[in-house]
Amino acid sequence: MLGRTANDLFWLSRYIERAENMARLIEAGYRIALQPRIGDDQDSEWISTLESTGCTDAYKAKHGEITTKNVIDFLLFDPSNPSSIHTCLSSARRNARTQRTALTREMWESLNGSWLEFQAIRPDTLRSDALPRILDWVKERSAGYRGAMLNTILRNDTYFFSQLGTFLERADNTARILDVKYYVLLPSTNMIGTAVDTAQWETILRSVSAHMSYRWVYKESYRSWRIADYLILNRAMPRSLHACYDKIDEALADLSSLYGEEKPCLITAKSTLALLHRGDIDTIFQSGLHEFLLDFIARNNRVAQEISEAYHFTG
Amino acid sequence: MDQIRAADLKPTFDEMNGFGQGIREPYAAVANWLDALRVEDLRKKSAEAELLFRRTGITFNVYGDTEASERLIPFDMIPRIISAAEWRRLSAGIEQRVKALNAFMYDIYHRQEIIKAGRIPAELVVQNSAFVPEMIGLDPALGIYSHIIGVDIVRTGENDFYVLEDNTRTPSGVSYMLENRETMMHMFPNLFAENRVAPVETYPDKLRKTLESVTPRNLDNEPVIAVLTPGQYNSAYYEHAFLADQMGVELVEGPDLVVQNGVLNMKTTQGLCRVDVLYRRIDDDFLDPLTFDPSSVLGVPGLFDVYRAGNVTIVNAPGAGIADDKAIYCYIPEIIEFYMGRPPILQNVPTYNCRKTDSLKYVIEHMPELVVKEVHGSGGYGMLVGPTATREEIEDFRARVKARPENYIAQPTLALSTCPTLVEEGIAPRHLDLRPFVLVGDEVRLVPGGLTRVALRKGSLVVNSSQGGGTKDTWVLQD
Repeated sequence: MLGRTANDLFWLSRYIERAENMARLIEAGYRIALQPRIGDDQDSEWISTLESTGCTDAYKAKHGEITTKNVIDFLLFDPSNPSSIHTCLSSARRNARTQRTALTREMWESLNGSWLEFQAIRPDTLRSDALPRILDWVKERSAGYRGAMLNTILRNDTYFFSQLGTFLERADNTARILDVKYYVLLPSTNMIGTAVDTAQWETILRSVSAHMSYRWVYKESYRSWRIADYLILNRAMPRSLHACYDKIDEALADLSSLYGEEKPCLITAKSTLALLHRGDIDTIFQSGLHEFLLDFIARNNRVAQEISEAYHFTG
Repeated sequence: MDQIRAADLKPTFDEMNGFGQGIREPYAAVANWLDALRVEDLRKKSAEAELLFRRTGITFNVYGDTEASERLIPFDMIPRIISAAEWRRLSAGIEQRVKALNAFMYDIYHRQEIIKAGRIPAELVVQNSAFVPEMIGLDPALGIYSHIIGVDIVRTGENDFYVLEDNTRTPSGVSYMLENRETMMHMFPNLFAENRVAPVETYPDKLRKTLESVTPRNLDNEPVIAVLTPGQYNSAYYEHAFLADQMGVELVEGPDLVVQNGVLNMKTTQGLCRVDVLYRRIDDDFLDPLTFDPSSVLGVPGLFDVYRAGNVTIVNAPGAGIADDKAIYCYIPEIIEFYMGRPPILQNVPTYNCRKTDSLKYVIEHMPELVVKEVHGSGGYGMLVGPTATREEIEDFRARVKARPENYIAQPTLALSTCPTLVEEGIAPRHLDLRPFVLVGDEVRLVPGGLTRVALRKGSLVVNSSQGGGTKDTWVLQD
């Protein structure tokens, strides 16, 4: 496989995953914006959404003031925003077109279809109640693409690089959501157990679509340390850092056996996995949730960087 | 069905109705099918097919058209049908022609006997911009220069086929031949049960065999093949990806390749991997900035040296364009006689070579009746169709031909055959041509069929997709 192909496949998966995560984040933010004001001013949720996606500066430069309409437009439709759903889908489609030969027909048709449909949306003519439908559509298309991939792709390097892109992006996303909100999870907050907290916690869970499953797993109402435990250490939760690293480790091990050579990225990923596997949430809180998350995000970036070097992504 | 007659031209041969003496035999079943079909149903099917193409992404890019940079080539669902007997004659003629063209190229890049024999003017070859002096004395594998050739054929009567031009550089369109068939079989499976249509889907396999057969000498391992594309903004990018995929080989761009230790390599996830056969879909000029155009970023520095040393085969060979030069075209009957020792089976269109004084005089005087072509033009650009041109266009071309006569050839306007085609006003005859794709390696391989291009505008004779032409599925019937 060409190094360029591996790079394109890796990023193609990242873009699709990013679009899906963005849809979940907007959904959670929009829900808060619809509720009567509680505690902080109503902009704060959008601020943390922008923060989680790394879009704050770009948004401020373009729009200045925070309004629900502008934030949604910026995150969904703005082609000048490198993280918008528009940009993710168009970049994914461009990569797919370049790598037509590496994709199965079903994968390509799913992606191409998504882009053609998305392009047909005219944001300025949308009614205000169309948003949930569009966000559902984004999640459906992302699931459709992954389904097509899992059902049709050969279990070779094409698959391994695609998996790596998906789960590195997902891990990064979950870690950022947690980090932006880590303070509401800290026990020192003086409003523990208030309606504000509960709402904030629920938003965190919603932005990774985990608010329903939480109760099945923990059988009790929201507790901040349980939420952190769930999203960081619970390997059964498919968007947790542990679950992502199970997949990353698996894909890298498969790559090493396919190519008959172990690369440094495998070592780094294994040590990150061990950290999550051994980790316990009390220790993480004691030594600092924020510090833990920052360290994780840096490790995750290092794995991505090492993969790119080991497999000659840029020649 | 026959409301619109191509009355503006000389008697026109229709593939289905001949000169009007009833349905021709190869079309018997399809004519019945058409009779039973309502135009609205065909339109509905047509829209369905378009959706299918759009979803699959079978598009081509039009240069200078940013609005719709990915366009569909219109697909017409009424097939173009060739009988088994007609195909036997066509394929014999095509095989003879491509062998002669390759023998001609071997000769002019070696001893130049055809020039010494006085059968073709020396300056026409050696001063031709398509002649690549770097190729002199170089021995490509099996002595083949043009491995993949698209032969454009037109028809004017029951037995009157002419070769309009040869495409010996990087002919495109074969993916449409294959996708059109896929679509037709998907939309109208019954038609294929009623007609014995020869399959075309063996093309990718034949292409791969051809490429494997021209592997550089003394190679022990199975050859590594790659398709070289200029990238996704090229007009034929879909086809490049399609062919690589169908053959199961890598699709590479210039920056993916590097010359090291005298061999050509591609940059893979596991480091460098040697490439033995490069099916390139970029022009000669861009192949190697060290040998040809120094500003090229599409090619590979040093590629030509690897080629010269016999460590890689480039398909088609650099300099293969000399054989489809429009000035050389006039001499192809001579070329076939010279190398094959027999008269050509397929005729050329009579051609006026404007470099000859008497021809020039005739062309200037009869321009409104003629098709005038620039010698180095292609894709329907730089071309005048006299009978449908405006007075200004004719005057403009007359001045251009007078200024640089050696740059132009002219041909009588042929009444290209028509075939019933679905257009806005219903089903009406439209002019078409045929491009079979022939492969030359250890043997000549020809898939029964080709790309039929159809001019969708009434009366138009220009079938190029860049000029708004469409395509049809092309059936070769089996006995």
